[in-house]
Amino acid sequence: MKDFMKGLFKENPIFIVLLGLCPALAVSTQVVNALGMGAGVIFVLLGSNIFVSLLKNFIPEKVRIPAYIVIIASFVTIVDLTMEAYVPSLSKSLGVFVQLIVVNCIILGRAEAFASKNTLGKSVLDALGMGIGFTIGLLMIAFCREVLGAGTITLFALGTFDGVIEIPGLVDAPARVIGLSAGALLVVGYLKSMFDTLQRRKKEKTA
Amino acid sequence: MTYVGIIITFVFVNNFILTQFLGLCPFIGVSKNVESAVGMGFAVTFVMSIASLVTWIIYNFILIPLNITFLQTITFILVIATLVQLVEMVIQKISPPLYKALGIYLPLITTNCAVLGIALIVIRNNYSALESFVAGFAAGLGFLLAITPMSTIREKLDTEKIPKAFRGVPIAFITGGLMALAFMAFDKALLKNLLG
Repeated sequence: MKDFMKGLFKENPIFIVLLGLCPALAVSTQVVNALGMGAGVIFVLLGSNIFVSLLKNFIPEKVRIPAYIVIIASFVTIVDLTMEAYVPSLSKSLGVFVQLIVVNCIILGRAEAFASKNTLGKSVLDALGMGIGFTIGLLMIAFCREVLGAGTITLFALGTFDGVIEIPGLVDAPARVIGLSAGALLVVGYLKSMFDTLQRRKKEKTA
Repeated sequence: MTYVGIIITFVFVNNFILTQFLGLCPFIGVSKNVESAVGMGFAVTFVMSIASLVTWIIYNFILIPLNITFLQTITFILVIATLVQLVEMVIQKISPPLYKALGIYLPLITTNCAVLGIALIVIRNNYSALESFVAGFAAGLGFLLAITPMSTIREKLDTEKIPKAFRGVPIAFITGGLMALAFMAFDKALLKNLLG
């Protein structure tokens, strides 16, 4: 259980460890994109952690990094092709960032630091925790940016519901800059300072 | 698109760090002092120019004829990793001073998403070989252009009184955000006015 929980907040990949920032900023313009990206990362992380953990005794020490990269790239290709086939609109709005999951440092980082040393069960929990933690971080950024920058929350369309929640007051006069690239960096800066403060308070309390 | 257009696009309009968020990890991680930031910037420019050309050649002369373009991601990342190793060895043999300056940054570049990013983007844009090379070079220059002022600002910030909550990484992000605001002046309309 500890392996699962630590990824959520204590070692949150985005805000505490600062890994995987490039996709986090680029796809966080809408909540639905963040969900799609999160799902992709969870899948790849789970797949690579399982394979690395299973193959850890067979992969020679010297070529382990290239071997991990091939495993990760295979799963990324699966995600890329699946998204293109079944959710083309999402695949289009995520663009090149689906393929760029390959170089997302979280995934290689978990393979090297955790899955290559631990059992299958632990690795699965670790992958889920880290993946969900990444998605939570991504959702927080996307939520702030979409609500402030466009005054809407975009989710999946279901039946008569077209998937877009409009926030009265904000939708007519949103702070557009938050939705643009400059806003992404500002939002992450403020969120990171919040996380830092929370962490410091907690440390002071226990000390 | 003309070569001038490509250069302006990748250096200013679509600046990799400030508008595309590619290569953000080194932008935050290596920008603590000017010397290493400039070193990293040149190393990235160097690798990106070569990588975009090499991956273009591999894509068009190997992957397309064999009809295995779905292996694009796997091939590109392996090619880039190999290329970085190769570049490192060649520089070490040919020019030890250059190796001394860039050497420590080269291994870090493999996982820099800007390099894989430019390789994928030139394929998506259907550029020719020379256009790919120019795009890679220009994107690298854009990286250098963003990371150099950033590192200068961060060196200055070290001596400033910053609220406790913002010290370190948060203020770096906010600085980056303000720089990105400035880069919003470069947009597609500007490009159109410049090139007619």
